[in-house]
Amino acid sequence: MHIAVCVKRIPLSGGRWVLTADSSEIDTSGPSMGFTLSPHEECAAEAAVQLVEQNGGSSTVLTIGTSDSEEQVRSLLAVGIDRGVLIETDGQEWDPQATSSALVAQLRAGTPEGAYDLVICGTEAGDTADYQVPVRIAHALGWPVVTNVKGLTITDGVARCERAVGSAREVYEVTLPAVISVKDGVNIPRYPSVPGRIKARKKPVDVVAGERPAPRLEKVRLELVAEEQRSAEVLGEGVAGVAPLVEVFKKIGVI
Amino acid sequence: MILVIADHDRGVLDTTSLQAVTAAKALDPQVDVLVVGDAGRAAVADLAAHGASTVHLAVGDALSDYAPQASARAAVELVQRLSPAAVLATGTPRGNEVLAHVAAILDVPFAAECVELSLSAPDHSIVRNRWGGSILEDAVVHSDLLVASFTAHAVRAEPAEGAGTVEEFTPALSPADTAVRVVDRAGEGAAGVGLAEARVIVSGGRGVGGPEGFEPIDELAELLDGAVGCSRVVTSNGWRPHNEQVGQTGTKVAPDLYIACGISGATQHIAGMRTSKTIVAINTDKDAPIMGYAHYAIVGDVNTILPALVAATRAAKE
Repeated sequence: MHIAVCVKRIPLSGGRWVLTADSSEIDTSGPSMGFTLSPHEECAAEAAVQLVEQNGGSSTVLTIGTSDSEEQVRSLLAVGIDRGVLIETDGQEWDPQATSSALVAQLRAGTPEGAYDLVICGTEAGDTADYQVPVRIAHALGWPVVTNVKGLTITDGVARCERAVGSAREVYEVTLPAVISVKDGVNIPRYPSVPGRIKARKKPVDVVAGERPAPRLEKVRLELVAEEQRSAEVLGEGVAGVAPLVEVFKKIGVI
Repeated sequence: MILVIADHDRGVLDTTSLQAVTAAKALDPQVDVLVVGDAGRAAVADLAAHGASTVHLAVGDALSDYAPQASARAAVELVQRLSPAAVLATGTPRGNEVLAHVAAILDVPFAAECVELSLSAPDHSIVRNRWGGSILEDAVVHSDLLVASFTAHAVRAEPAEGAGTVEEFTPALSPADTAVRVVDRAGEGAAGVGLAEARVIVSGGRGVGGPEGFEPIDELAELLDGAVGCSRVVTSNGWRPHNEQVGQTGTKVAPDLYIACGISGATQHIAGMRTSKTIVAINTDKDAPIMGYAHYAIVGDVNTILPALVAATRAAKE
């Protein structure tokens, strides 16, 4: 089974966001800034590693971004992904349609050992939350897609996927090849081991040039949401706060 | 005309769909609504009472339970027949999923999690949430048809007069359109209320100390007819199941009352509950970030306060 995992390098802030002077981007130059992958995508990579451990085959991580994105690709090679493909950009943002098209071109090319059987993504990007790249990839490839997956098992080429609805779970079954987008919680991603990190340095990462088409969902500017500065009314310290809180319950009509 | 895709689960309307109807009414007086599946007939009266002009009810054997691509195919059929200016839904997992299929089929852009829309084809202006709502993006959607989801709880559903005329149709579906559909349900009839629809949520964090610390949280949620939530660290530690996680990567909620017990208020948690109507924080640290979002607070240890709160709430109900 050959599995592709699609991920995106995103900023990680130790504190509040700061924008660049022209409000076009998050300012990532500050000392408390780093970069990461969204929890959904860490889970997507873990799912791929587990499935290859169980079924054999290979796993490939695909990403679109600047050359710095190799840091995130290597972090997944260190937890067991076999190889990486970096579609290198000049740092401008790609809209979801452009992103999907570029990924589809790489997915169609397959792996050195054979065609992909499964593409795993996070349900939504951690930064832009577009909720559509996995669906667009599936339509382009003519494959079925299940999104928001919180439980995944594959038996005899059929993926059984569970997702939450209210307090219950819906079950979907699709025959591979398929696209599946997972949510944080579908598994617990492992930490990279020291030998894993050393191996990751030698694993192959193909870099291909990406050319951004004109955006159809075009960012104009970003704006920080003014935090509603609220100062909680302290009802009391310790159990002294209990009686006033029960009065609040009555006032808002929950008892 | 604007087409809104409403969501229901076996006939029970997702009430956030009414918010999308209200948002659409602000753009155009004529709002038609797509409801997929015969069971959705039960939702028509509510949609009409919020201003739906025509409710297009897609029926057929393959539509007895949720099938995202089939829903999208029904919407696309209406788009081609009725030429709406926009197709909207609420930014729920299903709403975003169906709109993503619609946009992929029609090869048009899709703007998810919008908070403002202004129609001006072929360059629509929108404002949408990024980073769970901590950053807003002004963007332009280059397309004649605007496909957009309206973020849940960004507007309050308002009653409005609508004819609510039902027009049934049977969309033409290929086997691929129904290949992905709900084939089974697990945990059906589980006790309690689901997080997304709960009016009251009692949520626990690291400060609760362990799985046994959730006993009074369970009791309080039951007394208040609410649901139990938790922060990410709680599910990562295995203290509670993942479906109870509130936050940017869990369930986004906006209940009438949110009680955060021993939750410091990490950005990713705040992103999932900040729009709750009344927020109560119970925390030992009076300077925890959660205090900047809470309306009311009790400063102290949840493990001594919660049992007392359970007893006092039970007494007040008697």
